[in-house]
Amino acid sequence: MTEQGQVAAGFFGSVDEVAARLAEVGYLASPAVATTVYLADRLGKPLLVEGPAGVGKTELAKAVGRVGAAPLTRLQCYEGIDESRALYEWNHAKQLLRITAGRETTGAEDPAGGSAGGWDATRDDIFSEEFLLARPLLTAIRRTEPSVLLIDEIDKADVEVEALLLEVLSDFQITVPELGTVEATHRPFVVLTSNASRELSEALRRRCLFLHLDYPDTELELRIVRLQVPGLDEVLADSVVRTVAALRALGLRKAPSVAETVDWARTLLALGADTLDERVVRESLGVVLKHQDDVVKATEKLITEATVATGNARTVVRRPAAD
Amino acid sequence: MDPVDPANQGDPAAQGAAAQGPAARGADGAGDRRAEGLAERLTGFVGALRGHGFLVGPGESAQAAEVLALLGLTDRERMRAGLAAVLLSGERQRSVYDAVFDLYFPLGVGAPTGRHAEQGAGPASAADSAADDSRTEPPVRSAAEERAQLAALRERLAEALAAGDQAGLARLAREAVDGFGRYGGGSTGSDGWSSHQTLGRLQPETLLARVLTAIRSARAAGASSAQDGGEGTGALAGDLAGQDFTARLQADEIRRLIESFRGEVRAEARRRVAERQGRERMARRVISGSVDEADFRLSDAKRRAELRRAVQPLARKLATRLAARRRRAARGTVDLRRSLRRSLSTGGVPLDLAHRRRRPSRPEIVLLCDVSGSVAGFAHFTMLLVKAMREQFGKVRVFAFVNRTEEVTRLVAETDDAEELGTRIFEEAQVTGYHGSSDYGSALGEFTTRYLRELTPRTSVLILGDARTNNADPNRPALATLAEHVRRVHWLNPEPVSLWGTGDSAALRYAELVDMHSCRNIRQLEALAARLLPV
Repeated sequence: MTEQGQVAAGFFGSVDEVAARLAEVGYLASPAVATTVYLADRLGKPLLVEGPAGVGKTELAKAVGRVGAAPLTRLQCYEGIDESRALYEWNHAKQLLRITAGRETTGAEDPAGGSAGGWDATRDDIFSEEFLLARPLLTAIRRTEPSVLLIDEIDKADVEVEALLLEVLSDFQITVPELGTVEATHRPFVVLTSNASRELSEALRRRCLFLHLDYPDTELELRIVRLQVPGLDEVLADSVVRTVAALRALGLRKAPSVAETVDWARTLLALGADTLDERVVRESLGVVLKHQDDVVKATEKLITEATVATGNARTVVRRPAAD
Repeated sequence: MDPVDPANQGDPAAQGAAAQGPAARGADGAGDRRAEGLAERLTGFVGALRGHGFLVGPGESAQAAEVLALLGLTDRERMRAGLAAVLLSGERQRSVYDAVFDLYFPLGVGAPTGRHAEQGAGPASAADSAADDSRTEPPVRSAAEERAQLAALRERLAEALAAGDQAGLARLAREAVDGFGRYGGGSTGSDGWSSHQTLGRLQPETLLARVLTAIRSARAAGASSAQDGGEGTGALAGDLAGQDFTARLQADEIRRLIESFRGEVRAEARRRVAERQGRERMARRVISGSVDEADFRLSDAKRRAELRRAVQPLARKLATRLAARRRRAARGTVDLRRSLRRSLSTGGVPLDLAHRRRRPSRPEIVLLCDVSGSVAGFAHFTMLLVKAMREQFGKVRVFAFVNRTEEVTRLVAETDDAEELGTRIFEEAQVTGYHGSSDYGSALGEFTTRYLRELTPRTSVLILGDARTNNADPNRPALATLAEHVRRVHWLNPEPVSLWGTGDSAALRYAELVDMHSCRNIRQLEALAARLLPV
């Protein structure tokens, strides 16, 4: 896949190495994530990460950067972003300054003619590197060392911007009409993230490897919580993770993200709670749930209904003893 | 059935190659056979995905091969993730992808083998050997034997559920299908494996109470031993309280596990049938389509939950698309005066052109929804769509009808849950008169007489319903008046075009007056909505 003169980032040697080295810098990757990151690295293809907010899409790009000790270039997309914000821009003010300065010097020496030669020189001059303002994409392409390019929330940008990205993502080059084509000497490791608020075009998807990042399973989330909040009791950490999993299954307006699980664990640690009981949950639920409706719904489901359930549970527990 | 070389156990694709039968193994040398088998297998897999509407071309096939070359064939879950990265272009396709993957790259071939090595001695080893016997000489089992096997299998299933052992569950699913899913005679060609039969006999959902009891007693035992160890009783009481709280979550967790076990059984039965009837046929036939293509009218509870998840981003998507269109439309011709004025700052060179702004008109959307029982599945979807649209567009008014019409905008705004919304509409709004069956004629009539003056030529009206009038007068003049009065009327009908005008359907007669579109699933809706909604 890699064309002549371009080198893929080559951060990793095997899937296991991906998982191990990401874990070293504090990112616990599921097997699917590790596999896909490895493939993106080896095939030199951009990685399109889709998933709900707060599952660590952006963090993944940063972690890869930390692993390779590679500089991270970030392009934050928003509605209305255009090529002058994403690729490059000519520094108009400076160009004008240059023209005015040139006019004054030539004008003083040769008021009548000779401006033709002066104009050619000026024109060549004002469209040179000096007057080019590099924006994130050009910056990333021009880097001479392995680097990571993060294109964040691509779904927020307009469809036209995707078209701009196509050249960058398939050939890792940018064409500036006045200057020629800038090719990457080192392919950056590209990560695009999306919340799927808009369907991305097929052309863009085709150029990327697709990774859906969902909420981690309880086992992985437990490891994340342990890593981020080392002081937390193990039983409590387990309870927290399972409660969050139950909350996600409720179909709330905003399901708690991994970051919120960690926040909750931290809060419980700060509160000095050693178990998760009704009172503690009721008091600290605001840390995980950010909408009042959700809090009400969760309280109803987890606490009110459960009181009935525990009644049943107690009788169930007694039964084997009676046998 | 092909005998399986035990050395190949960990290597699904190699097993697959072995399963290709005499045609594949007869012609070539040993080395080529495997390589060719894999390439064919892969293209077959991609082809099957293409048949399910995946946009994958030869480029993707080549890349998939590259992925396999990089990852090797030793780890099946890695293969699954790696191929998904290349072949998948959205999470909505995941269920289809997984099912097809399981068919083309099965975990094993034929009946489960090597169980003794994996499991070691346990209470169930006796049942194991019994199951083995039944495999070598198929279904000659006495009823008592079978009952004993069933009980043993249920016992082990309960253990695996209590331990939350996913791998164990997958193994049990294979054994269950092997032991209890077989139907039909050996040589007649009408035999096969049925997940329905397996699950019917096994009844995993009835294990819930048993599993919960097992977990609790195990935990109680653990707690009492901890007490003997000399821990403070205060801490112990707190510990138990905490466990009580999470114990409530247990039931749901076990239910989810059981559900995943049922999924495993279905996949396993599909795989066994596919071995007999050919993968291509299975891949086409058995796998039910993705949510995109689920018919609104036939949606069951699980489908509905999936629909809910699918509709939410759809509405957001529509809103973004509309915003973009509106923004483009807002940019008018060059405003010379402002451009000149602006050029002063750049030495008289007009670098930035100023454009005249177009005043965006605010779209007004009116939804008129049939909420009667005959379109229950569709009505539920309607409610979802209505709620989602309310959240994205400011000015949406919602009217509901069965045979009378009433505005329900307030109810929609207040109610969060789509299911609850349906009930509240019936309880609080006047949507039915003397009887409970739908009557489009009187509903349309009431809508035009009561609300027409509140609609303007800028309003777009969307009618959602099946146009089945129960043989009452369709009241076409009312619809004609409405169509004249507003900007556009679109009718979304959940029935396929072939059913329009049959029986008591007045669809064709209404379709002469307004644009009627068949809108049966998310994909159709998506295509329609992008075209229909006003800027």
